[in-house]
Parts: sequence; structure tokens; C-alpha cells
Amino acid sequence: MVILTAATGFLAAIGRAAIALCAATGALVIFAAQAVAHAFAPPLYPGELARQLIRIGYFSLPVVGLTALFTGGALALQIYAGGSRFNAEAVVPSIVAIGVVRELGPVLCGLMVAGRVGASIAAELGSMRVTEQIDALVTLSTNPMKFLVAPRVVAGTLALPLLTAVSDIIGVMGGYLVGTGRLGISPGNYIQNTINYLTTGDIVSSLVKGAVFGFIIAVVGCHQGYNSRRGAQGVAQATRNAVVAASILILAANYLLTEVFFST
Amino acid sequence: MTTARISLRGVTKAFGAKRVLRGVDLDIQPGESCVIIGGSGTGKSVMLKCIIGLVRHDGGQILIDGQPMDARRREAFLRHFGMLFQGGALFDSLTVWENVAFRFLRGAERLPRARARALAVEKLARVGLDAATADLYPAELSGGMQKRVGLARAIATDPQVIFFDEPTTGLDPIMADVINRLIREIVVEMGATAMTITHDMTSVRRIADRVAMLHDGVIQWTGPVDEIDRTDNPYVHQFVNGLPEGPIATLR
Ligand SMILES: Nc1ncnc2c1ncn2[C@@H]1O[C@H](COP(=O)(O)OP(=O)(O)OP(=O)(O)O)[C@@H](O)[C@H]1O
Ligand SMILES: [Mg+2]
Repeated sequence: MVILTAATGFLAAIGRAAIALCAATGALVIFAAQAVAHAFAPPLYPGELARQLIRIGYFSLPVVGLTALFTGGALALQIYAGGSRFNAEAVVPSIVAIGVVRELGPVLCGLMVAGRVGASIAAELGSMRVTEQIDALVTLSTNPMKFLVAPRVVAGTLALPLLTAVSDIIGVMGGYLVGTGRLGISPGNYIQNTINYLTTGDIVSSLVKGAVFGFIIAVVGCHQGYNSRRGAQGVAQATRNAVVAASILILAANYLLTEVFFST
Repeated sequence: MTTARISLRGVTKAFGAKRVLRGVDLDIQPGESCVIIGGSGTGKSVMLKCIIGLVRHDGGQILIDGQPMDARRREAFLRHFGMLFQGGALFDSLTVWENVAFRFLRGAERLPRARARALAVEKLARVGLDAATADLYPAELSGGMQKRVGLARAIATDPQVIFFDEPTTGLDPIMADVINRLIREIVVEMGATAMTITHDMTSVRRIADRVAMLHDGVIQWTGPVDEIDRTDNPYVHQFVNGLPEGPIATLR
């Protein structure tokens, strides 16, 4: 009897969690759809969009650049150490290029920006919510979905492909620096082999991934902040959820996009 | 009898098991200054937010000029509306004058920046703030100053309907008097319809044409301001005189 109650209790807990997950997913999807709709219907706020582009894109450059540089370098070392010593001239540049452009460039860029920008969007909107600033916008005839959410989502979707491009280039450059400086690959060969192995498809997939990740980061950050509750603690929770949810969604989306682009 | 500017008919609102509004009936006539009194936590702020749809009421009806409030009417209503929030609710990413001139800086009523700034400074002067505060950020102001900036923002476009949620809490008696006069002036001179929440009986007497007392989720009493001292309503009597004994429990 006791075991039975415990078992049903356990099942009920799983059921509750599953239902909560479905509800949260549904709410996020609806929120995303609204954000997109508001991004295209006037009034638009170009000033806000510009501010968010600078904040999301420009100020993320150092973080994204450094991450890519070190990762590209480490990748070159690993490939070399992993038995490619004898054929390094060809193998190191090609694997670095493909690894960085197809996967590491966009994913690391997405994760770093999720930590940096997703968190700050959630914290900002969350504290605007709890101090009634979002309500105040409504009383000033300004739709907060248009004024706060749409510019951030558009800026995220536009800025991340550019950041990803930067991440790809600097990642490859990290490999180049290590390859030519430490592993004795000739600069000319390194560049030639990189160009030979990369296809337009690789680059397009990289940028598309970036756009999707940017959209995810901004939507999740806005959604969490916009709906945050209960004072400072609610804002802290929104911030944490924004980073965790965006990171997981980025990794999941990355898998799906890789299936779409490369599975044939 | 004219159509009421704002009417509440049996408005109810609960947060979970907590029934905050239990059937509020109230009419605000055009050009009238109505003051809402009631104990802390009785739902006065929630009531104002229900009217403009910031909080969705569970039951009852809210009518604007006799018509039920829907999305389009709400938009039209808010275009000529201002609200001072209890906590100020200033945008902390904007300077003081940009807060006050918010409506002038974007959208349909957009003005050149210099003109918008001049208007903002003018409104700031009306709430007793000098031009030097205009370029500060809200976080650099005291609580009472933030409240006054919120007030300046609420009245910036000379709205037809204004809600003031505790306009004088946190102000010294002299400044409170300035604000009371200002609110009265706005109602009398510009013919605005005002709803004010306050705990301060001096403010009540200065601002109100009519007083409504909210307690236990319903309007317990409403009447002209000069009747608050004469009424035999036990709630109003206890509240106005600040008595510990009466129908309003002190543990809430
Ligand atoms: N968003 C919310 N979620 C849950 N409960 C709420 C919410 N907003 C208000 N309440 C509850 O509703 C009740 C009324 O709140 P309200 O802010 O309207 O009080 P008030 O009459 O304005 O009080 P005060 O004079 O202290 O400002 C309170 O008990 C509060 O706990
Ligand atoms: Mg209140």
C-alpha cells in the first residue's frame, strides 16, 4: 500500500513536470510568434533596434573573438597531437576549418552570447517588470512587445550571424597561428588548404545557425524577463533560466540544423 | 444624468485563493476628482490597474463612457491618459527629462528634441524640480523626487484622465501641499478626470470632489468630500479619524 502510494506519487510528479514542460514550451512558442509579428507591424522603433544591435553585436565582439581564437588554436594542437603529425600540412588546416566553421564557431559564439546577452536581457526586462516600468510603458501608449521585445529579437537575429562570421574567421586564424607558429606548417599551405576544404555550404550553414541561435537567445531572454515575478529573487530566477534554457535550445537546434545541412 | 467617464460594475479579481476585489461598483463622472481611500493591501492599486487592463479582472464590467472596454477603446483611452505609479516606475535607462518627455520623443506625438526637452523642464518646474535635475538619471534622485518626476511624466501631455497612486507619500508637508494644489489645478483648469489613491487625509480634503472607501473588496461608502466627517458609516469614521477600534481590523 505504502509502495503503491509512493509509486503513484512518483508518477504524478513526473506527469506534473511533463505538463509543466509542455506548458512552458507552448508559452515560449506563442511569445516568439508574437515577437515576430510585432517586429514587422508598425510602429517600429529603429532607435531601439540600433541600440540593441550595438549592445548585442558590437559589445560581444571581444568575448566571441577570444573564445574563437583559443578554441581554434587548441583544436590545431589536438589534431596534430592525435596522430596527424606526418600529414599535418593537409589535415590540420582542413579539420580546423571544417570544425570551426561548421560547429564550434556558431555554437561557441551562441553559448557565449547566451551567457552575456541572454542573461542581461532577462535581468533588464525582469527588473523593468518588477518595478512596474513595463506597466508604465502601457500607460504611455507604448506596446512593450514592440518597444522592448521586438528590437531585441530582431537585433539578436541580425547580430549573431555577423558575430558567427567573426568567430569563424578568428577561430581559423587561431588554428593558423598555432599551425604556422608551433607546428611548422608553412603559411601559404595553411591558407591554401583551408580554402580548398571549405565550401559555400559550410559558410551558409554557419551563418544560418548563427541567426537561429541569436533568435533563440533574444526570445528566451525576453520571455523570461518579461514574465518574471516576485522581486529580486524572481529576476535572479529569470536570468538563470534564460541562460540555461537558451544554451540547451542552442545545442538542440544545432543538432537539428546539422541534420538538415549535412545528413545526406 | 451624464454618462460616467469610467464605471465599474461588480468588478472582481482574485490572486489565487485571495479574493482582492469582490464586486466593486463605482462611477466616475467626467471632470470629477475621485479619491479612493482604504487600508493598506485592500486592493486600491489593483483596482486602478484593472481599469486600464494592466491586471485582467475576473468578473464584472468596466465601462468607458458607457461602452465596455475592449482593445481598440483601450488604445484610444490610453492616448489621453496618464498614470503615476505607487513606486514611480521611472525608466532607469532614460534621464529625468527623457522620462517626462517620453511621449514627445517617439510615436505619433513626436516633437524635435529641444522642444520636447523644454516641455519636460516646464512640467518638472510644476512639480517643484529645477532644470538641473533634468539631466540626472532616476537612480540619482531621492524617493520623493522620483515620485514627482513620475507625476510630471503622468501630466506631461495634459491628459484627459489621470490616475495618481499615492502622489504625496514620501514627500515633506510643504511639497505635499504643492502636489495637492497641482492635482486640484489640473482637475479644475484642464477639466481632467482624476482618480487618486491616498492615505493622507489632508490630501483627501484638498484633492477630492468625491471620496470612495474600499474595504473587504467592495466600495463601502462613497459620497462628497465634505460628508466624510459627518457620515455614520463605521468604516469611513474609523479610517478618517484613525481609530484602532472599529470594523477595520488592524491585523491585515
Ligand atoms: N501581482 C499580484 N500577485 C499576487 N497578489 C497580488 C498582486 N498584486 C497585488 N496582490 C495582492 O492584492 C492585494 C491588494 O494589493 P494592492 O497593491 O492593490 O493594495 P493597495 O490597496 O494598493 O495597498 P497600499 O495602500 O499598501 O498600496 C494585496 O494583498 C496583494 O498581496
Ligand atoms: Mg497601492
